[in-house]
Amino acid sequence: MRPFDYRRAGDVDEAIALMGTSPTARYLGGGTNLVDHMRLGLETPDLLVDVSRLPLADIEDLPDGGLRIGAAVRNSDLAADRRVRERYPALSRALLAGASGQLRNLATTGGNLLQRTRCPYFQDVTTPCNKREPGSGCSAIEGHSRNHAILGASDACVAVHPSDMAVGLLALDAVVRVHGPGGERTITIDDLHRLPGEHPERDTVLEPGELITAVDLPPTPFARRSTYRKVRERASFAFALVSVAAAVDLHEGRIADVRIACGGIAHKPWRARRAEEMLVSEVPDEALFERAARAELDEARALRDNGFKIPLLRHTMVATLRDLTLETS
Amino acid sequence: MTDTLTAHSMGTPLVRQDAMAKVTGMAPYAYDHRQDDPAYLHPVQATIARGRVVQIDTTAADELDGVLLTLTRHNAPRLAESEDTEMHILQHDEVAFRGQLIGAVVARTPEIAREAAALVRVTYEEEATDARLSADREDLYRPEQVNGGFETDTDTGGVDAALASSAVQVDQTYTTPMEHNNPMEPHTTVALWQDEHLTLWDSIQGVHAAHTALAPLLRLEPEQLRVITPFVGGGFGSKGKPHSHEVLAAMAAMRLPGRAVKLALTRQQMFTLVGYRTPTINHVRLGADRDGRLQAISHEVVEQTARLYEFAEQTAVPSRTVYAAPHRRTSHRLATLDVPVPFWMRAPGECPGMHALEVAMDELAIACDLDPVELRVRNDTATDPETGLPFTHRDLVGCLREGADRFGWADRDPRPRQRREGDWLVGTGVAASTYPAMSMPGNTARIRYGLGRYTVEIGAVDIGTGTWTALAQIAADALECPVGHIDLRIGDSDLPQATVEGGSSGIASWGGAVVAAARAFRAEHGRLPAEWAQTEAELPESDVTQRFAPHSFGAQFAQVRVNARTGEVRVPRMLGVFSVGRIVNPRTAHSQLTGGMVMGLSMALHEHSVMDERWGHVVNHDLAGYHIASHADVCDVDAIWLDEVDEHLNPMGTRGIGEIGIVGAAAAIANATFHATGVRVRGLPLTPEHFLDH
Ligand SMILES: Cc1cc2nc3c(=O)[nH]c(=O)nc-3n(C[C@H](O)[C@H](O)[C@H](O)COP(=O)(O)OP(=O)(O)OC[C@H]3O[C@@H](n4cnc5c(N)ncnc54)[C@H](O)[C@@H]3O)c2cc1C
Ligand code: SF4
Repeated sequence: MRPFDYRRAGDVDEAIALMGTSPTARYLGGGTNLVDHMRLGLETPDLLVDVSRLPLADIEDLPDGGLRIGAAVRNSDLAADRRVRERYPALSRALLAGASGQLRNLATTGGNLLQRTRCPYFQDVTTPCNKREPGSGCSAIEGHSRNHAILGASDACVAVHPSDMAVGLLALDAVVRVHGPGGERTITIDDLHRLPGEHPERDTVLEPGELITAVDLPPTPFARRSTYRKVRERASFAFALVSVAAAVDLHEGRIADVRIACGGIAHKPWRARRAEEMLVSEVPDEALFERAARAELDEARALRDNGFKIPLLRHTMVATLRDLTLETS
Repeated sequence: MTDTLTAHSMGTPLVRQDAMAKVTGMAPYAYDHRQDDPAYLHPVQATIARGRVVQIDTTAADELDGVLLTLTRHNAPRLAESEDTEMHILQHDEVAFRGQLIGAVVARTPEIAREAAALVRVTYEEEATDARLSADREDLYRPEQVNGGFETDTDTGGVDAALASSAVQVDQTYTTPMEHNNPMEPHTTVALWQDEHLTLWDSIQGVHAAHTALAPLLRLEPEQLRVITPFVGGGFGSKGKPHSHEVLAAMAAMRLPGRAVKLALTRQQMFTLVGYRTPTINHVRLGADRDGRLQAISHEVVEQTARLYEFAEQTAVPSRTVYAAPHRRTSHRLATLDVPVPFWMRAPGECPGMHALEVAMDELAIACDLDPVELRVRNDTATDPETGLPFTHRDLVGCLREGADRFGWADRDPRPRQRREGDWLVGTGVAASTYPAMSMPGNTARIRYGLGRYTVEIGAVDIGTGTWTALAQIAADALECPVGHIDLRIGDSDLPQATVEGGSSGIASWGGAVVAAARAFRAEHGRLPAEWAQTEAELPESDVTQRFAPHSFGAQFAQVRVNARTGEVRVPRMLGVFSVGRIVNPRTAHSQLTGGMVMGLSMALHEHSVMDERWGHVVNHDLAGYHIASHADVCDVDAIWLDEVDEHLNPMGTRGIGEIGIVGAAAAIANATFHATGVRVRGLPLTPEHFLDH
């Protein structure tokens, strides 16, 4: 572990300014991902800018009926918030399906979004990895690939994004607020994370030094009928094999609107737009869900070890939609 | 018959003597021993699986502020020759597995040591890695013997003919993957070299085992080494012998006289340096008549060993003993690979072997249209088929019947895939367990009287199992005094010689020595001993294995739920019934047996060290990647035992309980998943992909 400086930023501007003082500086949230990476030698920052105590730890009601979640809000607090549990149950469930109680007590909203892939080769500096060391090759494509991507992968990288929370947020059309040296901007959660393409070293569209300050949830009344289903062989404390977050607006026996997001299958949380389109204005029915799931997975490609994820995601999507519509309608 | 003790304290659920110290954090584990100004060691490990180290450049590491020592084969102390080539580190330039120790850095802080270790530049001459285990390799060989000193192969009667003429046959291959012990406490060693004397505070399952292996290797006289181990946070066999990291810490300490050198392996390092269970490929053939009576059992095993050092797991050995079958064949073949050295992991042999045999028995029950409990009862035997000797006590049938009764087996509909609760398919399964009862020669205990109390001394070790408590209870009954009058001293190689905590032999071996010493003490000093009266005695040699086959047995029952949509497997209920001789302490025994069952559940559903054959390393080498059952996986798990005292083995009447709990547990769960789903999975772990509808 390399020696490093540690600075606690007092406000957002100071954080951004401190970050500008060194090209290898990193923001520090709960540290549950970054500090592990420092121990493993993946990250060797010379400066940590602690943003976990910035005044960004509140969950506020927005005038339009939505919610603003500060970047420093801890995962446990977010999951327990009454407004989140009532208005956005998919988010609360996604959070509680992730990691462990101890980790959620430390992990922050900003850090959770920017946690890095759990690809074992990425985490082992002795094996080639394009994401860690561009151009060195991808060890997973011909190696152990059980946990890897079935959609949107490239020849350079087949990693998946590990966050459960981000999948929940994607089904809720969240918007990420970012401050950087160039000012403030907003990015939809769908645009935040990238597909790997030729540049797997870039997980997101964030520019160097940009700080996530908040995540906004739009007022989506039907998100009250939303849920998160995570499939994993171990009953807790395991990353998703696949997961599905969904929200459904049922109106007079038909699907008026629907959001479906999937985890564990791509370099970014995956919005199932094709499936959504096929469902809108239809009468919910398992055969319909099956067709929609198949359409979404039309371009899925299996690696050596992860072919099971294709039927697994299909079944999980069908079961989740069924639970949201048929049994509760 | 041995002269069996009358139980007063034995059989009572005495609270762990070390419970308060542990829950308050006051129990010193090896790494916790306070040292003045300690130094910290970080190993340098090979990043190739096969070849030669051409050059090690430590310049950058040496220049780092805070580094006290870099150690490589160029400046390491010379070790004595040893048969255990795993221990022969930093003596040569050969690399035989990825992760092998090739150097060390010692520094003022663990962080500096770790950074400096990363700065060591190593160049290699690399050869192609061969880490692929398969049953069709042409270079499989027959080891001279297998672990435990058992014969490699056995062949009795005419197996092929008996199989061919059997009315019902099962012929299948069952596999278990590479698994790692992963005790909660990592392997830790603190080494202090002072005045030409080495002290090791070591996380090890046997202080004398460590002493005997390390003193000659380090060219020390026996009195120049002391190994101290008051508490161990689990070992499951991986601490059953010292491994190379102890040698590394000792060598570093010998280069830094007067300064304690501390080493705690990281979880990742534990996946290469401290042993693991070999993957096993079991070809099992059973032949039976229509009533399910076995005519032939054939169990042929292929598994791996390391190029550096041979370890041959005795996987087919239980198939020699569990069931009566006139025709039997067992064999073990090994592939020598460029992989870390395999070693003991809880119930080596029985654990993977009984998975194979007991899933095959389930298949046989179905083929014979027979209840699987009844099938096992029909194949019970009063004598050990292999030796012809009677068992000291065998009540497999009692375990099966009692378990069936309590588990509610009677109304079981044998047809698979018949029970559904929502998306969940429900099923139940059974399997037998067995484990040999052993007591080891070479145990001595010392008893001293003073101020109304008895000090009982023996170099035993408590690896979390309850030795501190159970041994005190045995001593109390042997001395016929209240357990509160006993001061037990264990975990120190300066105490009388004791054998390793392994093979479920601890209590039988150490307890036998304690009873011998207590009886000698009373014979010598009477019931009213003089102040500071003292006696030492050795566990007498026993010829019991020439007259009897000492084995424990058990029956494991499991209920599972398998999600018909996602293939997820959950285990709501497990019951184990064991015939294991006398239970010294029901509280710690229950914990040991259910602990074994939970480990079996973990093996059934999760545990799998994924080998990347290109580089010969375990890819998922941390606890986020290597899954062990979490609390949420463990629901209603219970263990009970038949009320018995084994009168042939030792004065306590015990047979050992450390390992039998894991044996058969995975098979019971696997059989239950078949009953739930109708899908027969013959490999472990039972992950969702096996049960998915594609
Ligand atoms: C054993 C284990 C199991 C886990 N299981 C799960 C699981 O099942 N599901 C799941 O979703 N997660 C899981 N996690 C991951 C966990 O959710 C993340 O580690 C956590 O959310 C990261 O949050 P943090 O605040 O600690 O981030 P940090 O480690 O502090 O930071 C992560 C990254 O985000 C950057 N960063 C932090 N805050 C900001 C900000 N405001 N703006 C810009 N950049 C920022 C940091 O520079 C760093 O690059 C697991 C983790 C572990 C260790
Ligand atoms: S999948 Fe991506 S992260 Fe994993 S080894 Fe390949 S490039 Fe690296």
